[in-house]
Amino acid sequence: METPEDRDVAPDDPALDYAAVDGNAIGGLLIEVFGTEMTTATGICGSCGAVSQVAELAVYQPGLGTVVRCRSCDAVLMAFVRIHDVTCVDLAGLASLT
Amino acid sequence: MEGTAVRGRLTWQTATVASVVDETAKVRTLMLEVPGWPGHQAGQHVDIRLTADDGYQAERAYSIASAPGEPPALTVERLDDGEVSPYLTEDVQPGDQLEVRGPIGGYFVWEPASGGPLMLLAGGSGVVPLRAILRYRSLTGSMVPVRLLYSSRSLEDVIYRSELDALHDGVTVCHALTRSQPPGWTGYARRVDAQMLAEVAWPAAEQPLAYACGPTSFVEAVAAGLVGLGYPAGRVKTERFGATGQ
Repeated sequence: METPEDRDVAPDDPALDYAAVDGNAIGGLLIEVFGTEMTTATGICGSCGAVSQVAELAVYQPGLGTVVRCRSCDAVLMAFVRIHDVTCVDLAGLASLT
Repeated sequence: MEGTAVRGRLTWQTATVASVVDETAKVRTLMLEVPGWPGHQAGQHVDIRLTADDGYQAERAYSIASAPGEPPALTVERLDDGEVSPYLTEDVQPGDQLEVRGPIGGYFVWEPASGGPLMLLAGGSGVVPLRAILRYRSLTGSMVPVRLLYSSRSLEDVIYRSELDALHDGVTVCHALTRSQPPGWTGYARRVDAQMLAEVAWPAAEQPLAYACGPTSFVEAVAAGLVGLGYPAGRVKTERFGATGQ
């Protein structure tokens, strides 16, 4: 799982940005977790207050799980890790998700 | 909200490959039969899951290339270092089965009631969901005007080329060939930039609805460019495929 301290490049490094996808790519995972379509849901960043549709958030999938970041301040909003058949979900970075 | 563990609720189904079509040297379309397929919206995708003999699983999302009402079809580009795409583009044969779940997606979708005029921007295989939109527009007889700006490496890499060439009724297609062009090519011969967008995109005053899909770098550049031309950010829908060899 990726955290800001793990990276040795600046958050605005183009090479890192171009590896990211967006919330569309994890539509299936989100239905699995929340039981409903979530890419049009609105998330508010708990760090900077930026408002965004989930489809437009920055999504990184480094292999160990899925990390969803705020496009404005790069804070981690959601993190998902699958262990066997169970998905662990951390939404602590979000102020709200509606 | 704190971390919590939940069970999966979206079900995987077994799809059978009915037929395959090689669109370009690296791109293949798979026509699928999915029992009980509920239908889909233009712009949605499915997840594909492959399981190796040792139990290793790989999942990928692929946009649905067909229109609502048509059987689901996927168009896959072979990535040289891909885990899944070489199998789907080279090994899969009619009769083979794939695990799929879907359709998925409620954001990057279009239906005639969504209106227009439509500004579609495709980078490489990003054309796939936009083609579903174009097919749906044709099937429904929608007269919403469309401009498609489609960036490819070369003419040989243009997917659905003859189908796009045949579109006339209110659809304008502009190609940008970024790496090589055929002799006598008079179209764009460079990557999409602000000047090209200014020449091709609907004026913001027409209140267009834009869909940009393709490699992340392409989508970021065109979305920023359209906003720079006055498109409201909420009228520019984006779907990023990640980094590719573009």
